[in-house]
Amino acid sequence: MDSGSGMAISTTDLNLWYGTFQALFDVNLEVKPGIITAMIGPSGCGKSTFLRSVNRINERLGYVRITGEINVYDRNIYGEDVELVQVRKQVGMVFQRPNPLPISIRDNVLFGYQIHGQGKTASKSDQDDVVEDALRQVLLWDQVKDRLNAKATGLSLEQQQKLCIARLLPVKPRVLLMDEPCSALDPKGTEAVEELLWELRGKYSILIVTHNMAQARRASDECIFMLLGKVVEHTETETMFVTPKFEETENYIEGRYG
Amino acid sequence: MSEARAQASRVGQRNRDWYIDKAVEIIVFIGGISAIIFIVGIFVFITKEGLGFLADTFDFKEFFFSPNWRPTSEANPTYGILALMAGTASVTGLAMLVAIPFSLGAAIYVAEFATGKTREALKVLVELLAAIPSVVWGFIGLSIMNPLIIDLFNVPIGLTVLNAGIILGLMAAPIMTSIAEDALKAVPDRYREAAEAMGATRWQVIFKVVLPAAKNGLLGAVLLGVGRGFGETMAVLMATGHAINIPTSVFDSVRALTATIAAELGETANGSDHYQALFTIGIFLFIITFLINLSADLIVRGVRKG
Repeated sequence: MDSGSGMAISTTDLNLWYGTFQALFDVNLEVKPGIITAMIGPSGCGKSTFLRSVNRINERLGYVRITGEINVYDRNIYGEDVELVQVRKQVGMVFQRPNPLPISIRDNVLFGYQIHGQGKTASKSDQDDVVEDALRQVLLWDQVKDRLNAKATGLSLEQQQKLCIARLLPVKPRVLLMDEPCSALDPKGTEAVEELLWELRGKYSILIVTHNMAQARRASDECIFMLLGKVVEHTETETMFVTPKFEETENYIEGRYG
Repeated sequence: MSEARAQASRVGQRNRDWYIDKAVEIIVFIGGISAIIFIVGIFVFITKEGLGFLADTFDFKEFFFSPNWRPTSEANPTYGILALMAGTASVTGLAMLVAIPFSLGAAIYVAEFATGKTREALKVLVELLAAIPSVVWGFIGLSIMNPLIIDLFNVPIGLTVLNAGIILGLMAAPIMTSIAEDALKAVPDRYREAAEAMGATRWQVIFKVVLPAAKNGLLGAVLLGVGRGFGETMAVLMATGHAINIPTSVFDSVRALTATIAAELGETANGSDHYQALFTIGIFLFIITFLINLSADLIVRGVRKG
């Protein structure tokens, strides 16, 4: 499977329509494995749309049409032989607003694990290990270890968002998609989640959409700038923010439009 | 100067809009509290009518624990509602067994699967079903279900707990469907999205996320169905066989509390013990349905807050 390009995500001529509205135009991207890649661009530029089509959660809407290919580790996830459940197991998604399920913290972490079949045969102590491991990875274990059976919706927003990341980990995804994961958080929460991103870097390939230019600069290795459904520039973050190649990029980064 | 004074006097004036505003406020207020006035009025009325019996003839033990309802006996009238309660309870219980799977299934389909025109059409049809008069249901019980049950189960009579339970279940299902669907729709979509993004299938989303999250609303829907079952009169009167009897199987005829009032009230002397005893049953029914509806309401409200 890894004999191809070795890219975490690569697309060829990806076009996407919502009904008759075209949201993505010929997107050709290669997202490298094991690093954090940020997507920036003004509202409506298609960055969230792109992110959501990598997990195929876009299909919930029912009126989305796609041409071209999206490959995750060299496998076309829109191929006919591909099982949707397996795609979503491999590609975890974190949403803008923290959305833990209205069940206990423990059950939230075990949810994906159980629906993918591993949890059914696991003993209670195995499950405990899974929960602890996932919560430790997101730096949440020490805060919640004494109330694992409390409702997840009672946590602070920052903790909820960390939990939403934690519950993806037990099924061992290879790619984590994050759609403005900090936009509902205060500066302290944002800092904590960014810190967590660096912790997870290396183990997972992370693609993060953000509106916050400073965040993209702080918390990513590479950066993709999109405008009106097209990719304008994709380089190392440092390069993009210091010497952008295109005028549109420079204008956006400097805040001349947004 | 005079311009400023004119302005000031105009500010002090009450114009037409002010009066309309006040009038509307009063009318809306009366409309709002009328429900409370009516319900208190009804309670006062039935209590007043039943009070004589409650004060004189009423015997708690006989009333609730005797299966003998013989209000017209010349020598020794007895007023025991045990058999009537058993009738109402058995019919309502069976009705819920019929209605819960139907209404839950319908609600899940309408709320989670149906889209666009199918969904709208189904919602209208469900509401239409809820609007069928109960006497029509009773007629179906009497003329269709009755011979059907006699043929199918080879029993001497088809006007039984089974007949009334099925009829009542079908009657209660639409309103339960409506409420259950509201409860399912009230589950935030981001829960579904979260579960689907993790790779849950449609059924896993429904069984592991949506139903647990909506359980209070669903319980409220069931309780409202129970309330409907307790209060239903005409269909039950026509389909139960109206025989005083503590049922031992679904093929027994029974008589319901409500049907007893409906059938006998017209034949009693105004103010007699019998008349007042019927009103006492009315008080009892009123309190039961009030409590059921109140708890349903509180449970449904609980889910909105949470």
